[in-house]
Amino acid sequence: MNLLWAWLSNPENWQGSSGIPVRVAEHLAYSAATLVLAALVGIPLGLWIGHTGRGRVAVVNLVNGVRSVPTLGLLFAAVLVVGPLLGGDIAFLLPSIFVLVLLAIPPILAGAYAGVEGIDPGARDAARGMGMSSLEILFRVEVPCALPLIFSGVRSAALQVVATATLAASVSLGGLGRFLIDGQAYRDYGQMAGGALLVAVLAVLVDLVFAGVQRLVVSPGLAPVRSARRVRTRAQLATNPT
Amino acid sequence: MKWFLGHLDQVWQLMLNHAVLALIPLVVGLLLAIPLGWLATRYRVLYSPLIAGTGLLYTIPSLALFILMPLVLGTGILDPVNVVVALTIYTIALLVRTVADGLGSVPDDVVQAATAMGIGRGRRFWSVELPLAVPVIAAGLRVAAVSNVSIVSVAALLGIPQLGSLFTDGFARNFLDPIAVGILACMVLALAMDLAILWISRAATPWLRTRVAT
Repeated sequence: MNLLWAWLSNPENWQGSSGIPVRVAEHLAYSAATLVLAALVGIPLGLWIGHTGRGRVAVVNLVNGVRSVPTLGLLFAAVLVVGPLLGGDIAFLLPSIFVLVLLAIPPILAGAYAGVEGIDPGARDAARGMGMSSLEILFRVEVPCALPLIFSGVRSAALQVVATATLAASVSLGGLGRFLIDGQAYRDYGQMAGGALLVAVLAVLVDLVFAGVQRLVVSPGLAPVRSARRVRTRAQLATNPT
Repeated sequence: MKWFLGHLDQVWQLMLNHAVLALIPLVVGLLLAIPLGWLATRYRVLYSPLIAGTGLLYTIPSLALFILMPLVLGTGILDPVNVVVALTIYTIALLVRTVADGLGSVPDDVVQAATAMGIGRGRRFWSVELPLAVPVIAAGLRVAAVSNVSIVSVAALLGIPQLGSLFTDGFARNFLDPIAVGILACMVLALAMDLAILWISRAATPWLRTRVAT
């Protein structure tokens, strides 16, 4: 405990290009870039699957399958295979981001798909009866109604990304994971624990921010939905911490 | 492939370690989550704080939790106990909600029928409510089992031997074979635990035999 406070309260650790603020910024930059890329793939694909009903089985299998792939192994394998083809700093950055995106897509995809698929068919029929086209139904009925689940998909992906970005330090990427990995290498428990505490705080803050945004964005008419069926879907689609 | 055949013993040993590190938290976590989930359904006031509290622990990344464990437990950083306790926390976080939702999904008229037949509160819980909640709990347990197997491998970064050691070894030597074998072995282990839970849950709910259990 003393080592931890000594490290955290040492002003040197808060300055320079490997200080805490820079590492936090790096960590957030990797995570944000990954999340945007994953959302660009996952949300349209999930909406399409939910809207058309095609490829449902594939989604469930994909989500369950990816969950069982050990993150660390995938990260190392990607860097070993792709790294030599690139050279330089990007040899570590690109494969790491690739793995992070790959892991973030399934929860986002599953959220978007489950959101659209779980909509009351009556709402869809009513929209069609009002003369809405298929695209209008998608954007004016299905997307707003699916927003809570789309958001919870993005939120669990964000948690996963923040956690996995920590591991990326072991393939010489920056971010807060550096403190954990370097502390281990120098047998400096204060640095390890300090870094770990910062990662934990960052993860909790990111989660709280997403929870807050979710509350602001989602239509109040949708807030209290808790049917037994939805509960079960949520348990199946829950993602693992990494 | 050649590497794998030459290191069968080592891989098997690591896999056993891995299975133990993933299984103990699963069992302990389930045993602790059942009373907590019961509390959350029995006293609705406790539902939100319990779910929010365990959810908060769930957000902490695993490597960070492994490293912070010694501060709480007084263990060494290399102690596998850190991994077991951290995974138990994750398992509880995931299962409290599932157990509460599972118990909550038991139809009211079934509970009332049991009461009307003179079944006491304790026996009603063990012989009516809990069995009916098994499919929901099993679904959560499968998620926990599969994610535990994946998380255990992260502990290799701290030098705790299990299948993840194949990743760190392979990476340090720039050698892909052990990493590939490790990934496959992890997935096989996860699949085995997943199927085992599915099978146990089917065996425990014979009345669902005609339908699909989960």
